Amino acid sequence: MADLPDLLRSVVAGERLPLARLLTAIENDVPGLRDLLPELFAAGRGGHLVGITGPPGSGKSTLVNAMTEEWRRRGRRVGIVAVDPSSPYTGGAIMGDRIRMMGHAADQDVFMRSMASRGELGGIAAATWMAAAALDAAGYDPILIETVGAGQSEVEVARLAETTVVVEVPEMGDEVQAIKAGLLEVADLLVVNKGDRPGADLAARHLRAMLSTAGGRVTRKPPPIMVTAAISGDGVAALVDAIDAHRSAARSAEAVHRRAGHQLQRALANLAVRRAARDPAWDATLQSVADREIDPFTAAERLLPEDG
Amino acid sequence: MDEPRGTPIRVLIAKPGLDGHDRGAKVLARGLRDEGFEVIYTGLRQTPEMIVDAAEQEDVDVIGMSILSGAHMALLPRVVELSKSRGMDDVLIAAGGIIPDADVAKLKASGIAEVFGPGTSIGQIAGYFREHARRRA
Repeated sequence: MADLPDLLRSVVAGERLPLARLLTAIENDVPGLRDLLPELFAAGRGGHLVGITGPPGSGKSTLVNAMTEEWRRRGRRVGIVAVDPSSPYTGGAIMGDRIRMMGHAADQDVFMRSMASRGELGGIAAATWMAAAALDAAGYDPILIETVGAGQSEVEVARLAETTVVVEVPEMGDEVQAIKAGLLEVADLLVVNKGDRPGADLAARHLRAMLSTAGGRVTRKPPPIMVTAAISGDGVAALVDAIDAHRSAARSAEAVHRRAGHQLQRALANLAVRRAARDPAWDATLQSVADREIDPFTAAERLLPEDG
Repeated sequence: MDEPRGTPIRVLIAKPGLDGHDRGAKVLARGLRDEGFEVIYTGLRQTPEMIVDAAEQEDVDVIGMSILSGAHMALLPRVVELSKSRGMDDVLIAAGGIIPDADVAKLKASGIAEVFGPGTSIGQIAGYFREHARRRA
């Protein structure tokens, strides 16, 4: 593999294969990557980081394809990271998001990368955030992160993305689904996709009615609810408008501060685990937990002592 | 959760040309998944340009193409050529499907590493990819 700082220079110059190779280096956490991170993050150009999440089969990939088409029409260069689940048994994965993206296959201003979740459970992979930084350094804007098909609480993407789009379908359930905590809560924009099916407008009305009753201590105002039909393109231009319009809200001092907090937490947890795993006492401590001699919390404190 | 088994090998499975029979490609994609590979499936009716573009962005270790239409001599060597012209010399390129013996030697001469005919097991293909795909840091 080429030297990482060289690779980054080629990425910033707009070369595609070096970008692909840098993404691999990030995914595999190669030696030397840590030293590149200050340069990688400094090379960012402020591309709009947009998370797309929702249940399996709700049309996320098809919608990403339709939105990409719309952004291309507006002269924007679109970067995409699409995450699919890894098998917990074999580590293997099938990533099929490209099937919906064939229309952009030869477009040099669209860069799409499939990424397996490799054991992470939040709906995105550990490397997704750094991969987005690499696409940013390459000048893509927006950068779309498509999560694995999410259940109700895969909300990790909302902590990293500036704008989070939650994609639902008309058959999403009754009004009670709309007032449950979790995925719907983190939406900056809520989309009812497959809007050509019966019940789409009704589902949107239910969502609107239930989410607008929010009050009390949650100050977040209810997200705009939009109806799209990704296959025909209906509603997609309006959705792209809404995402672009959300950009400035996403960059308020408060929002930036909140995201920085999440990023710092993530980086800290990561560092703590790496350091502890290098501790010569790791194996013995792990064995004591396995033998039930000590509990995992005490073990963690031993590996990360307060005065350490 | 099982322990990680090192870096998974990334494989692009593609259907070049105009035949619409992708059962074999899907069975292979699924089988390779179970063997621990990360498989990117492109879907049907891919041109050589589309396949190489996808392989470049995905930085795959292996390109596997399934073709049953008889257009293999027109399409497969073109994928090798394009890959080389993009600097992807170290990507293993293999094919499977209905390919007459007489063409296998020609394909291999053009840079297709191996041709897997009917009756090949998933295990044989997985073993071949593990043995011949480039090694990563």
